Amino acid sequence: MRRALRRCMATALAVCLAAGGLAACGSSSKSSNSSSSNGNGGATAPGVTGTSITFGTHQPVTGPAAPGYSLIAPASQAYFDYVNAHGGVYGRKINLIIKNDQYNPTLTVNVVHQLVLQDKVFGIFEGLGTPTHTKVVGFLNAEKIPDLFVASGCPCWDLGAQQPETFGWQPNYTIEGKILGQYIAKHFAGEKVGVLYQDDDFGQGGLAGIEDEVPAADIVSKEPYESGTTSLATQVTALKASGAKVLVEFTVPIYTAISRLTAFTLGYSPQLVVSNVGIDPITVEGLLKSISKGKATGAALINGAITDGYLPSYSDTSNPWIKLFLKIRNQYDKSAPFDGNVVYGMANAYTLVQALKAAGKDLTRQALVNAVDNDGGSWKGPGLTPFRYTKTEHGGYSGVQMAKVVGGQVDPFGPVLTTPPTKETPITTDTSGQPSPPATGIPSN
Amino acid sequence: MSALASGANRLARTPIARLTLVRSIALVLLAGVVLFLLSGALSQYNDLQLANGAYLFAALAGLTILIGQSGQISLGHGAFMALGAYTVLLLVGDEGWALFPALLAATAVAAVVGVPVGAAASRLRGPYLAGATLAFAVGLPAIADKYPATFGGENGLIINPPIVPSWLGASFSLEKWEAWIACAGALVVLFVLYNLTHSGIGRSLRAVRDDEIAASLCGLRVGRRQTLAFVLSAACAGVGGGLYAVVLNLATPSAFPLTLSLSLLTGVVIGGLGSLAGAVWGAALLVLLPNWSTDIAHSLSLSSNVQSNLPLAIYGVVLIVAMLVWPSGIQGGVRALGRWLHQRWTDHGPSNPHQRRRG
Amino acid sequence: MTTFVDYTLNGVSTGAIYAAVALALVLIWRATRIVNFAQGAMLMLTTYIASAVIHATGSYVVGFVVALAAGLALGAVVERVLMRPVENGPPLNAVIVALGLYSFLIALAGMIWGNTPRSFPNAFSTRGYKIGGTRVLFAPQDTFTVLVVVAVAVGLWALFRFTSLGLQMRAAAFRPEVARLLGVRVGRMFTFGWALAALTGAVAGVLVAPSVFLAPNNFDPILISGFVAAVLGGLDSPPGAVLGSLILGLALSYLAGYEGDALVPFGALVILVIVLMLRPTGLFSASRDRRV
Repeated sequence: MRRALRRCMATALAVCLAAGGLAACGSSSKSSNSSSSNGNGGATAPGVTGTSITFGTHQPVTGPAAPGYSLIAPASQAYFDYVNAHGGVYGRKINLIIKNDQYNPTLTVNVVHQLVLQDKVFGIFEGLGTPTHTKVVGFLNAEKIPDLFVASGCPCWDLGAQQPETFGWQPNYTIEGKILGQYIAKHFAGEKVGVLYQDDDFGQGGLAGIEDEVPAADIVSKEPYESGTTSLATQVTALKASGAKVLVEFTVPIYTAISRLTAFTLGYSPQLVVSNVGIDPITVEGLLKSISKGKATGAALINGAITDGYLPSYSDTSNPWIKLFLKIRNQYDKSAPFDGNVVYGMANAYTLVQALKAAGKDLTRQALVNAVDNDGGSWKGPGLTPFRYTKTEHGGYSGVQMAKVVGGQVDPFGPVLTTPPTKETPITTDTSGQPSPPATGIPSN
Repeated sequence: MSALASGANRLARTPIARLTLVRSIALVLLAGVVLFLLSGALSQYNDLQLANGAYLFAALAGLTILIGQSGQISLGHGAFMALGAYTVLLLVGDEGWALFPALLAATAVAAVVGVPVGAAASRLRGPYLAGATLAFAVGLPAIADKYPATFGGENGLIINPPIVPSWLGASFSLEKWEAWIACAGALVVLFVLYNLTHSGIGRSLRAVRDDEIAASLCGLRVGRRQTLAFVLSAACAGVGGGLYAVVLNLATPSAFPLTLSLSLLTGVVIGGLGSLAGAVWGAALLVLLPNWSTDIAHSLSLSSNVQSNLPLAIYGVVLIVAMLVWPSGIQGGVRALGRWLHQRWTDHGPSNPHQRRRG
Repeated sequence: MTTFVDYTLNGVSTGAIYAAVALALVLIWRATRIVNFAQGAMLMLTTYIASAVIHATGSYVVGFVVALAAGLALGAVVERVLMRPVENGPPLNAVIVALGLYSFLIALAGMIWGNTPRSFPNAFSTRGYKIGGTRVLFAPQDTFTVLVVVAVAVGLWALFRFTSLGLQMRAAAFRPEVARLLGVRVGRMFTFGWALAALTGAVAGVLVAPSVFLAPNNFDPILISGFVAAVLGGLDSPPGAVLGSLILGLALSYLAGYEGDALVPFGALVILVIVLMLRPTGLFSASRDRRV
C-alpha cells in the first residue's frame, strides 16, 4: 500500500515537474522575445519598430522535402540583407525568421503559432508548401496577419474575398498547364500524349490545365505517383506501352530525374514537356551526372525538353536582374549554388519590398494588405508577366513564357502568355515586357 | 521530513486510501488543479505546447501500458492516432457533429480497429510484432491517398477550431481553451488507466508479460489478455488522435509518418516503461526537446548546414545519453533519487535486513 | 504482355535491393538479437564516404572497397561504444539507442555534405537488355545487383551453417552466458557481428544509391521495405531474407502496376500480415515457438 501511494505521488510529482519545466521554458523564451516589440516609432503593430520589421516563414529546411526548397528562404534573406545595407525601407531593416517545419503540417501549425504568438512577427512571408500552408491560412486570416506570397502554385491562395490576408505569388499550376497544353495542341497536334504527374494539388492542377487545352482523344495515358515513392518503374512502363510520343511531366526535380533514368533503361525517348517546378537543369543534371558508365550524359537526357518560366533564367547571365541577383548571392549567400531556387527567393523578396514601400511609412498590417490589393497589379520587377492582385484576386503572376532546355540552359522563346486559371478561358499574349532593375537594385515601385 | 514521511505512511494505511478509485480521483483532482493553474500562468504559445503535451500523453500512456505492462511492442500507434484524428475531422467537418461525441467516436473507431490488429499481434513476438506494427504505421495512413475524395488526399482535411464558450470572457485565448479540452481528455485517460493497472486486469496483464506459460497454466487466456491490452492502448491512441484534431484542426497523411510512432516509442522508453508518470515525462520530452534544441542551434552562429541539422543531432545524442544514464527511463531515475532521499532522511537502523552495517 | 514482363523484372530488381538491406538486418539479429534501426543511417554514411572516394580517385572499385572497410570500422565502433552498455539491459533500450544513432548520423551527414541529393555512379550500364526488339526494364547493373546479393546471402548462410565462427556467433546471441562458459568470446562475437552487418549494409548502400540518389533521408523507404521483407522471410534466415524480398518486390510491383502507387504501403501490410498469421516467425524461419 505504501508503494502504491508512493507511485501515486510519483505520477503527481511528474505532472508538477513537467509543468514546471514547461513554465520555465515558456517564461524564459517569453522574456527573451519581449524586447523585440518595444518602441513602435510611428507604427502600431507587433513586429514593427521604428528601425525594424520582422517577418516569419515556415520552410522544409531538413527532411525529405528539403532538397532545392531549402535554398529559397536564405536567398530571400540575402536580398533583405542587401536592402538593409542600403538603408532598409523607410529606415527600417527587414528581418526574416526562418523556422523548419520539415514539410509536416503538425510542425507547420506549431511554428507559425510560435512566430505569431511568441516571436510576434509582423506577417508571414513565403510560407512553403500546399499541405503545410493550407493548415495555417485559417489561423492567419482570423488573426488578421498578412500572409504574403505563399511559395506554392496552388489555386487555393487565390481567394481574396474569403482569405483577405493570403496572397499567392507564383503562377498557379493550372495556368501553367493551360499554356503548356496550348503549345502541345498547336505543335504536336494529333500526337499521342502521356502525362506523368505527382498525385497532389501540383500534379492534379497541372493536369487540369493540360486537359483544358489538349483534346481528350490525344491523351492516351495519365500516370500519377505518390510523393515519397522510390521508383517510377511501373508508371514509365505504362507510359511507354501506351505509345505516347509527347510526355508531359508535372514532377519535382527528383522525380524528373528518376523518370529519365527509368526511360533510359527502357529505351523510351518521348518529347518532354516539363513543368518549370521540375526542370531546373542544375538540379536535375546534378542528379543524372553519373549514369551508365559514360554511355550517355545526364544533360542529354533532358536536352530538348520544353518548359516554361516566369522569371529570368539563372543561366542568362546577360540579363540585368540575374547580374543583380548574382552579385547579391556572392555577397550575402555565398554557400548557395546559383540556381532557379535562389532566383525565386530573391524575386519574391523583391516583391515584398515593393509591397512595404507601397504601404508607406506608417506601417500597419492593414496598410500592407491594402497596398497589395490596390497597387500590386501594377508592380513591375524581375517577373515576365503582370501580377493578378486585386481585392478579390490574390493570384500572383498571371502567366509564363515558353522555354526550351538546350545544353543545360533554359532558353525562353515566343511571346509571354497570360491566362486566368479557370477552364475554357483564352490565353492571351502579354506585351508589357520586363523592365530593367532600378540602379540601386531596390524597388522604388 | 521524517514526520512528513511517517504521516504519509499513516495516511496510506487508512482503509479509504486503499481504494484504487479514491486514490485515482485524488490524483486526477490534483493533476487537474496543477494543469488549471499552469494554463493560466502560461503564454498563449505555451498553452499550445501544453495542449500538444496532453494529446501526446494520452497516446503515450496507452503505449506504455502495452509495452511495459503487457510486454508487447508496437511501432504502429501513430496509425491509431491517425484513425482518431481523421474520425474527428470527418464527423465534425463533414457531418457537423459536436466535439465530445466525435471524440467518443474516435476512441471507438480506434478500439474497433485495434481488435483485429491486437488479435493478430497476440500471435506474434518480438521483432515480428515490431515489423507487423511498423507496416501498419506506414500502410494505414496511405489509404488516405487512395481515396482522396473522402480523406482529402495529400492535403488532408481541415476543420474550424473549437469555439471558446462566451461565458469564459472575451479575452480567453483559443489556445488555452484547446489546452483545457486536451488536458481534460488526458485526465480521463489517466483516470481509466490508473484504475485498470491497479486492478485485477492490470495484474493479469503483468502475469502474462512475465511468464506466458505459467499464466496460461493459471487459467488466464493469454491471447485474450494481450488483445485486450492492445485494444486498450489503441483506444488511448485514438483519444490522443482525436485531441490532436481538436488542437491542430487538421489531419493529413504526412502528419502521421513512421517517425511519429517511433517518437511515441522513444517517449515511452525514455520516460520510463510501464509507468504513467513515465508517460508524463515522455510527453514533456517530446514537446520541449525540439524547441530547446532549435533554440540552442540558433544561439550559436554556425554555417547554415550545421545550424539546420543541429537540432536533430542533439535529439539523437539526448536519446543515446538518456538510455546510457537512465536505463529505466526518467521515472526510474526519479524513483532511484526518491529511494536515495528516503534513505538519507529516515532512520532505518538495524531493523532493515537489506541494509549493510557499516564499520 | 510486355508490361507484365517489365513489372516482373522490376519486381526482381527491386527485390534484390530490398534483399541487400534485409540481409544486413538478418545478420545483426542473428548475431546480437537486436533489430538495428540505425542500419539505414549507417549504410547512408558509408555510401557518402564511397562517393567522396570515387570523386577523389575516379575509381568505382576503390570507392566500393573503401565503403566496405568503412562499414567494418563503423559497425565495430558502434557496437563497442554504444551498444555494449545496453546489450544486457531491456531490449528496447538498444532500440532507442539505435534510433538516437540514426538521428545523429542523418544530422551529421546533413552537416557535412548538405541536404541536396547527389548522383551515385553505377558499376555497369543501365541500358535495358534488348529482348525481341524492345528494351526491357532490366539492365547489366540489375544483373550485377542480383548476383552480388545472392553471393552475400550464400556467404552468410554458409558462414552460419558451416563455420565454427558462425556457430560461435549464433551461440553468443542465443545464450551468451552458456557460450561464455564454453569459451566463446561473446563480446568479440558481437563486435564482429555488427561489423559484418555494417559491411553488408555498405554493399546495399552502394547498390541502391544510383536509383534513389544520395541524400541523408533517401535510404529510409528502402530500409522500411527491407525490414518488412526480412520479417516476411524470417529474421533468422539469410535465404529467407532473399526469398521474402523477392516475393515482396514482385507483389508490390504488380500491385503498383495494376492498381497504382497509392495502395503499395497498404499492400505490403496485407501481405506481411497474411504471411505472419500463417507462420508467426516468418516464411523460412527454422525456429518455431513451442506453444503450450
